[in-house]
Amino acid sequence: MDFHLSEEQKDLQALYQDFAQNEVKPLAADIDREERFPQETVAKMAEMGLLGIPFPEEYGGAGMDNLSYAQCVEELSRVCASTGVIVSAHTSLCATPIYLFGTEEQKKKYLVPLASGEKLGAFGLTEPGAGTDAAGQKTTAVHKDGHYVLNGSKVFITNAGPADIYVVMAMTDKEKGNHGISAFIVEKGFPGFSIGKHEEKMGIRGSATSELIFEDCIVPEENLLGEEGKGFKVAMITLDGGRIGIAAQAVGIAQGAIDETVPYVKERVQFGKRLSQFQNTQFELAAMQARVDAARLLVYRAACAKDAHEPYSHLAAMAKLVASETASDVTRRCLQLFGGYGYTRDYPIERMMRDAKITEIYEGTSEVQKMVISSWMGVK
Amino acid sequence: MNILVCVKQVPDTTEIKIDPVTNTLIRAGVPSIVNPFDGYALEVAVRLKEAVGGKVTVMSMGPEQAKAALKECLSVGADQAYLISDRAFGGSDTLATSYVLSVALKAVEEKERAPFDLIFCGKQAIDGDTGQVGPELAEHLGYAQITYASDVIMEDGMLQVKRESDEGYDYITAELPAVITIVKTPFEPRYATIRSKMAANKAVIPTLTAADMPIDTSRCGLKGSPTKVKKTYTPVREKHGIKIEGKPADEAARELVGLLSDAKIM
Repeated sequence: MDFHLSEEQKDLQALYQDFAQNEVKPLAADIDREERFPQETVAKMAEMGLLGIPFPEEYGGAGMDNLSYAQCVEELSRVCASTGVIVSAHTSLCATPIYLFGTEEQKKKYLVPLASGEKLGAFGLTEPGAGTDAAGQKTTAVHKDGHYVLNGSKVFITNAGPADIYVVMAMTDKEKGNHGISAFIVEKGFPGFSIGKHEEKMGIRGSATSELIFEDCIVPEENLLGEEGKGFKVAMITLDGGRIGIAAQAVGIAQGAIDETVPYVKERVQFGKRLSQFQNTQFELAAMQARVDAARLLVYRAACAKDAHEPYSHLAAMAKLVASETASDVTRRCLQLFGGYGYTRDYPIERMMRDAKITEIYEGTSEVQKMVISSWMGVK
Repeated sequence: MNILVCVKQVPDTTEIKIDPVTNTLIRAGVPSIVNPFDGYALEVAVRLKEAVGGKVTVMSMGPEQAKAALKECLSVGADQAYLISDRAFGGSDTLATSYVLSVALKAVEEKERAPFDLIFCGKQAIDGDTGQVGPELAEHLGYAQITYASDVIMEDGMLQVKRESDEGYDYITAELPAVITIVKTPFEPRYATIRSKMAANKAVIPTLTAADMPIDTSRCGLKGSPTKVKKTYTPVREKHGIKIEGKPADEAARELVGLLSDAKIM
């Protein structure tokens, strides 16, 4: 077991940190307040190659590993969780399934522009009646005359609107339940495809979250991703990888909260002492940092397992379960150390606490992670 | 255009702490960076290359670790790098450093079989703050020099340089070859991309030693350095000056003259 990053990973981590501190952090409060998608940041990230980190260079990617990708999401989320999830949803949920299940033509047509950052991606699985119970899909796809006709809607879709390419699940055979779901690559601008209601959210307000609407949407049959009826498998494998991204986001949020809290407690004086001189503050922060490091190691372990092509589904689930709960708890405790000031928008800590909560919900709730882990343990 | 940028690896002075007992810098654990003004110089050079074509070479005199700074430069637009390193060069002051650089530059030109048209330096290094190496390098080479430039373009084969001064800006036209020192520019240096960073990491940087160039070693290192540092200390903070406020200009001026003559300054 080796806990050391390679020179390359260290160098790139420094690059992510530098970019996050100088280009992402200054916008974080504004995009949260204005509920604005940071298009300018996405363009800069595309130029730097941050939108295709784990994909081979022949497909427009950077040719790095999933660990470096997780570190990118972590560093971005440390200063702005919205920016972190834009990269995570794009990379893990849209580019990855095309890389894993796409034909050579599909990879050339869709993965190359996604990985090079020329186009942004999104993923459509959740429906009003099919969240955790993903098998309850109502969106249908009917195969006829060389294309599929999609009808239905998807909700809570990250990057919906700004994204150009969507990986969408739909029922091709209702009778077969899970085995009747198929995955499709849908482009913005396909006839019958539109963006619906924009969600106003508690946190990650800079990330676009909207509804996808399919009204007799025409999708060419060559845009079927993987085999017909194998969409559920595509979705589940995609989400396994996505959990590493969200877990990394959660670690970033938690570390970011500690980053903000340490200088604050060293400045703030009460009862004639700096807050940092009180043992309560010292113990709280020590315990929080230990938890964040533990969560980080779980995330890195899952990423390394994925890079080594080992089974990692349960590892990603553990990482996400622990990291997301750590993020929620640590941001809440940090806000407590800030006291009343932390509850105001003059400090970023309240935003971080709002941002943290979603990590326990999306890409599989904490309860789903427990289902995955207990099933791996054979506890049935 | 064949461009050379001279860079120095320096401690990140924003990370430096002062030892409260000895009043000296605590160097341990302080990260090394490319001198920021050299970073601006490189960005100006790369922009010029992008505009008119050509090649940007970076060169640094320093220990083996300075290769990290050169790799940083390769990741943000430099095409190749040379490290100038030899025990004989250690302890050089600005005169000896600029002499070594001038000889090394010629050695690189010979190796590459291409003379440099333009040489950039940062206006000064943030550790030594002398601002002397660039101008001295120009003198050793016998080239025109323009200091404190914030932008450089080529027009009709001539350099057009925007130079910062206390009064405003000077616009200077110069012929090649020339040495230009660069201040903080209105534009920020570019970020590395993941690919450029990885390519830079893999780059092999050649090292030139004293044996690789026709150099007079008595003019290098400590023995070639006329500068002697007698003492370094933290200056005592003087009490604040006097402000004459809320009075008409002529009255305030009269009061100021009175104060200055009382202090026997006028």
